[in-house]
Amino acid sequence: MLKDKDRIFTNLYGIHDWRLKAAQKRGDWDGTKDILAKGQDWIISEMKESGLRGRGGAGFPTGLKWSFMPKESDGRPSYLVVNADEGEPGTCKDRDMMRHDPHKLVEGCLIAGFAMRAVAAYIYIRGEFRDEADVLEAAIEEAYAAGLIGRNACKSGYDFDVYVHRGAGAYICGEETALIESLEGKKGQPRLKPPFPANVGVWGCPTTVNNVESIAVAPTILRRSGAWFAGLGRPNNTGTKVFCISGHVERPCNVEEEMGIPLKTLIEKHAGGVRGGWDNLLAIIPGGSSVPVLPKSTCDNVLMDFDSLRDVKSGLGTAAVIVMDKSTDIVRAIARLSKFYKHESCGQCTPCREGTGWMWRVMERLVEGRAEKEEIDMLLDVSYQVEGHTICALGDAAAWPIQGLIRHFRDEIEARIDRHHDRQAAE
Amino acid sequence: MPKVNINGQEIEAPAGMSLLQACELAGAEIPRFCYHERLEIAGNCRMCLVEWVGAPKPQASCALSVGDLRPNPDGTPANIRTDSPVVKKAREGVMEFLLINHPLDCPICDQGGECDLQDQALGYGAGRSRYEENKRAVEEKHMGPLIKTIMTRCIHCTRCIRFATDVAGVPELGAVGRGEHMEITTYLEKTLDSELSGNVIDLCPVGALTSKPYAFTARPWELTKTESVDVMDALGSNIRIDARGKEVMRVLPRLHEDVNEEWISDKTRYACDGLMKQRLDRPYVRKGGKLQEASWNAAFEAIATGLKGLSGEEIAGVVGDLCDMESMFALKGLLALLGSDRIECRQDGAKLESAVRASYLFNTTIAGIEDADAILLIGTNPRLEAAVLNARIRKTWLAKKLPIANIGPAYDLTYPVEQLGDNAAVVADILAGKNGFADILKKAERPMLILGQGALAHEDGGAVLKAAHDIADQFGFIKEGWNGFNVLHTAASRVGALDLGLTVEGGLEGLLKDAKAVFLLGADEFDAAPLKKSFTVYLGSHGDRGVQEADVVLPGAAYSEKSGTYLNTEGRAQMAPRAIFPPGDAREDWTILRALSDVLGKTLPYDSLPELRAKMNVTVIDEAPREGWGDFGAAGKIAKGGIQIAVTDFYGTNPIARASDTMAACRDAKLADLKEGTGTDG
Amino acid sequence: MSMAVKKTSEPFEFTKKNREWANGQIKKYPAGKQASAVMPLLTRAQEQNGGWLSVPAIEHIAELLEMPYIRAYEVASFYTMYNLSSVGTHVIEICTTTPCWLRGSDDIVAAAKDELGIGFGETTADGEITLLEVECAGACVNAPVCAIHHSYFEDLTPDAMRQLIRDLKAGKDLKPGPQIDRHTSAPVGGPTTLQDEGAV
Repeated sequence: MLKDKDRIFTNLYGIHDWRLKAAQKRGDWDGTKDILAKGQDWIISEMKESGLRGRGGAGFPTGLKWSFMPKESDGRPSYLVVNADEGEPGTCKDRDMMRHDPHKLVEGCLIAGFAMRAVAAYIYIRGEFRDEADVLEAAIEEAYAAGLIGRNACKSGYDFDVYVHRGAGAYICGEETALIESLEGKKGQPRLKPPFPANVGVWGCPTTVNNVESIAVAPTILRRSGAWFAGLGRPNNTGTKVFCISGHVERPCNVEEEMGIPLKTLIEKHAGGVRGGWDNLLAIIPGGSSVPVLPKSTCDNVLMDFDSLRDVKSGLGTAAVIVMDKSTDIVRAIARLSKFYKHESCGQCTPCREGTGWMWRVMERLVEGRAEKEEIDMLLDVSYQVEGHTICALGDAAAWPIQGLIRHFRDEIEARIDRHHDRQAAE
Repeated sequence: MPKVNINGQEIEAPAGMSLLQACELAGAEIPRFCYHERLEIAGNCRMCLVEWVGAPKPQASCALSVGDLRPNPDGTPANIRTDSPVVKKAREGVMEFLLINHPLDCPICDQGGECDLQDQALGYGAGRSRYEENKRAVEEKHMGPLIKTIMTRCIHCTRCIRFATDVAGVPELGAVGRGEHMEITTYLEKTLDSELSGNVIDLCPVGALTSKPYAFTARPWELTKTESVDVMDALGSNIRIDARGKEVMRVLPRLHEDVNEEWISDKTRYACDGLMKQRLDRPYVRKGGKLQEASWNAAFEAIATGLKGLSGEEIAGVVGDLCDMESMFALKGLLALLGSDRIECRQDGAKLESAVRASYLFNTTIAGIEDADAILLIGTNPRLEAAVLNARIRKTWLAKKLPIANIGPAYDLTYPVEQLGDNAAVVADILAGKNGFADILKKAERPMLILGQGALAHEDGGAVLKAAHDIADQFGFIKEGWNGFNVLHTAASRVGALDLGLTVEGGLEGLLKDAKAVFLLGADEFDAAPLKKSFTVYLGSHGDRGVQEADVVLPGAAYSEKSGTYLNTEGRAQMAPRAIFPPGDAREDWTILRALSDVLGKTLPYDSLPELRAKMNVTVIDEAPREGWGDFGAAGKIAKGGIQIAVTDFYGTNPIARASDTMAACRDAKLADLKEGTGTDG
Repeated sequence: MSMAVKKTSEPFEFTKKNREWANGQIKKYPAGKQASAVMPLLTRAQEQNGGWLSVPAIEHIAELLEMPYIRAYEVASFYTMYNLSSVGTHVIEICTTTPCWLRGSDDIVAAAKDELGIGFGETTADGEITLLEVECAGACVNAPVCAIHHSYFEDLTPDAMRQLIRDLKAGKDLKPGPQIDRHTSAPVGGPTTLQDEGAV
C-alpha cells in the first residue's frame, strides 16, 4: 500500500490551492534549475532508471521515448506535445491533475522539453475541459510571470514556451498523430507511420507526444530519484499510478496508488468496495473502455499493472477501472462502447469506418437476442477483420471489448438469443 | 539498392520505391483503391495490405517504402508475402467492408464493366456477404455540369480530393463529417473551378463520380475504342475516342508521360457532343444571297466559275486551328497548282516566322518543365491555353517551389506567381536588367520562358519575340542539354502549318486585302467581314464563323473522322487515326481537295493518303525535336501597354467547342458561381 | 447535429476584441502555421455567433487564416463541439457512455427530456434550451454527468437534473461540480489517502 509520503499528486482532489505559491509549498518548482543543470543525458538516464512507462495507455518507456529525439537540430526546432485529450471512457485522471495540480504539469513540460531539446510545449486539452483549461492557462501565466518558463526559464539559460491548445470534441485526437494533425488545424485523422513523430511530427518537426501524467510525474521523479520511483511497484511496472474507479462501487473516486496493487484491494480500500459486496461483482474493465473485460474470477486475484493485466488478455490501459455488478446488462454495457467507437471513428480507413458501424449494429441486436447464434462467431470474425488492419489503434480498441465480451460471456449472449427465439415462437 | 524478398524471390529496389511498386516489380499483383502513382499517398483503403514476416500485423504496402523495411534479425532481406493466408484474409476483410455499404446497383451503374471495385471484388472478395444490417444512403452532391455523383457508391478513397488539391490546385473538394458519416463534397456543392475537373471521374475507382453528359448512354463493351490525339489545344494530349456507330460517345485520356501524363482538360473530354451539332453534312452554294444545298458537282462547278479569270496572286488560303497536316498540305498543293503561294495560318496575327524552327516551338518540352528552376510567363495564361501543361508547371512548383513570374494580366494559375505587370514593355526591362526578376533568371541553372500568343499577336509581337530571344540568348537559357525558350501555341495545327511554311508577308490582314478568291480550311477564328468582297470557299466541319461570308461550302471531316498528323507545341509529330465516318456527304478534307483539283484541271499528284504522306514527308516519331538555335524576331521598340490574352473563354475556343452544349453549360455554371461568389465573398 | 451547414446570408465578422484575441492565438504557433489556430478561432466564432457556426462565420475564420474554405469546413464538421445549425441559448449535454450509463444516465436523460419536453438534438419551443447526447465527458468517477455551458455538473440524480433545468430557466446561478455532498473526485465521505499532513 502506497504511503502518503510517496504520493506525487498531493493535491489530487483540489482540497488545497492550485496556485503557484501553494504549489511551491507542496514542493513543485523546487530546485528545477538544478535539475536542468544536470543536463539532458542525466535527466533521460534518470527517467529510464525510474522505469516509468507512458501513462496514456500504451505503456511505452518514457525515458526511451525522449531519447529518440534528435540531439542536434538539422535546422528544424523540436517540440513537446502533451496529450491532454483525455477521453477514454472510464478515464478522468488528467483532468484532476490539470485543475488541481497544474504546476506539476507545467514544470514537467519544462524539464521534459529541455531533456528533448524542444523549444516549446503544446498541451492539447480536450475542448470539453473548459474550466480545466482555464486553470491550466492561469497556472502557465503564473509560471511565466515568475520567470519559471519563457526566456531563461528558471534562470537556467534555456528558453522554453508552454502553450495550451484546446480541442473541440474528438476522441481520436488522443491518438498521437491525429492529435498532431489537429494541432496543425486539420481534421483529427491519424497519420501513416513511418515516419514517426520523433522524425516528422507537428509542422514537419521532431515531436514527442506524452500523456499528462507521464509529464507531470517527471519533476518529482527527478527530485526524488529514478531509483525511488523504480522501488515502487514491480519490475517493469514501477512507480505510482492514478487510478479512476467508476461504475458499481460504493464510492467512485480517483486515487493514486502503487503500481501492481491487487484490483480487489484497490476497490475495497479506496472505493468502498463493489456495490453489494465483492460477491455481487460481475465483471470489470480494468483499463479504460478499450481493454477487454474481465470476469469476476479473474478480478479476484489480478494485480493492476501492465504485465499482470496483459497476462489475463486485458491491459492496464489508462488504469480506469469500470466496475459492473451482477445487475449489469453486460451485453448492453459493451454495446454502448461499440456505439462510442462508431461515433468516434474518424472515417479515414475502411475497416474502422465500416467495421465499427457493423459491429455496433450487430451488438445492438445481441442486446435483445435478435440474432442467430452463428452471428456471435461472425461478429468475432468481423472484429478480427478490423483489429490490426487499420491505420491507428482505434480499430483495435473497438474490437477488443467485443472480443472480451464473447470470450467471457458467450453463454449470456446465447441465452438471450434462445429467449428471443422462444418469445418469437410463442407469438 | 536495398534488397527485399517478395514471395521468396529476392529483388533489388530503390529505397524510395513504395513496397507496393516493389511487389509489382517482383510480379506480385497488389489490389488497391486509394493508391495512385500520381497522387499523394493516403493509405486509407487498406486493400494493399501485405504480410511483413515477423511484423505483428499486415502492412499497407503503398505507405511503406522499401527503405523502411528493416532486414531480418539474421541480416537477410525482409520477407514480404503477398500470397499468404494472412494477406488473403486481410483482402477479403477489406473487400467485405467496402461492399457492406456499397449499393448493389451495378446493373444501372455507368462504371459497370470498368469498375475497380467490381473487378477486385471478383478477384479478392470472399464471394459472399454476411452483412444483414441496413445499408447507408448518401445524398448526391452537386458538382457542376460535368460530374455526376452517386455518393452512396463512394468508398472514401479520397483520390478525387487529392487530385483537386494537389494536381489541379483547386482545394475545393473535401471530406466532411466523420466516421461512417464522412462524405465527399465540393465546398457548399459548388462546381469545381478547374479546367481539369473531369479527371476525377477517371480516378474514381467506383461509380460515385461519373460523367454527367455520358450518363446512361452506353456500356463500355459496346464502344469502338480508337487511340487518338486531341486538337482542342496545342498539346497533342493522347486520347481514346470511344464511339458507337456514327457517334463519339466519350473521350478519355491515354497515358503519355511526356505530354499529358494521364490527364486531359475538360474541353478535350467534353466538347465531343459538339461533333454532332452545327455540322456541315452536304455542300452548299450561295444563291441570291442565301446558302442553298447543292450536289458535290454543282459545288465544284461553282468554285470553278468563281475562280475563272483570276491570276494565282489573286487566290489565297487560310488554314484553321484544328487542321491536320494532310489537309493543309493538300490545300497548299492546290493553291500552288493554281499559281498561288498566298496561304496563311496565323489567324490571330501572331508574329511568328517559319525560318528558324526553334523560334516557334516549346523547346524545353512539356516534361522538361519539371527540370526548370525559374519560369517567366509572357503574355500567356497556360491554365486556359493548355490546362494540362499548367498542371505540369504546378507539379514542378509543388516539388521545388521555384520562382515563377508573369508579364500580362494577373490570373489564378493555381500556383504563386510574381506579377511583373500587364505591360509588354516589361520584357524589354528584363532584357535590360531593369527588373528584379532578371537576376533570378540569370542565376537560375535551368531558366525557361513561355511566350504566349497573346504577346505575339500584339502589334509589337515581333519585337517581343526578339526581346524574348535575346533574354534567352543572354541569360543562359540556351546551353548544352537545355533550351529554355518556349512558345506556347493554342492551335493544334499551328506548328504543322509553320513547318509547311503557311505564312505570308503582311499576315492575314494583307492577304485578305488583296485576295479576290479565298479558300478557308476550317478557319473560323478571325473577323470574316473583309471576305464580303471576295469569292470565298469554306471547307470545314462546322457551320461556324467561317461560313458566314462563304459562297461555296464544302463539308469536311472533324478530327475524329479523319486520319491526320498533328505536330504539338513541342513539334512532336503524332498520328490520329479515323475513329468514325464523317456525317452525311461530308468527306475527309484532303479527298475533297483532290476531287476539286480534278474539276479545276489542276490534279493533285496523289490518289491515296500514303501517297500524300510520302510527298508531305513528315516523320511521325512521337518525339520532341531538339532544334538548333538561331536569330529571329523583329528589332523595334515595345510600346507600353496591356496584353490581350489569347484565350479568355476556355469553353469556346473552336467550332467544335462552340457547338457543344456541355461547354455552354460549363460556361454558364462558371458565370453563375462567379456571380454568387461576388455576393458572399464581399 | 445536422450534417450540412445551414445556409445564411447573415454576415459575420469578429468583434474588435475577438479579433485581437484571435491575433494572440495565431501568435502561439510558428510563422506560416496560422492554420493551427483554426479550432480556437472557430470556437470563439461560435460563441460570438450565438452558439453555432454559420457559413459566413466559417468563411471569416478561413479568410483570417488564409485557408481554403473547404478545409475550415472540414474541421467544423469533424469536431462535435461545433454546431452547424442554430442552438438554444443554453445547451445541456448529457453523457450516456458506459460509465455514466452504469450510474443511471438513462434516468437522467428521462428526467431531462420530461422536464424540457424535448428529445436529444431538439430545442425547446422558446428557443432557450437545446438538449444533446454526448460521448464520454471524462468525469467518470463523478458519473452521471452533464455539461451546461461547458461546465460539468456531476453525480447527478434525476431530481438534481430537474432542479438544474428549473434553475437554468429561472436564470439562477448554477453551481458546477458534484450535486451531492462530495469533494470533487474524492470518495464520498472523504479521501482515503493524503491524510498525513506532514507528507502533503
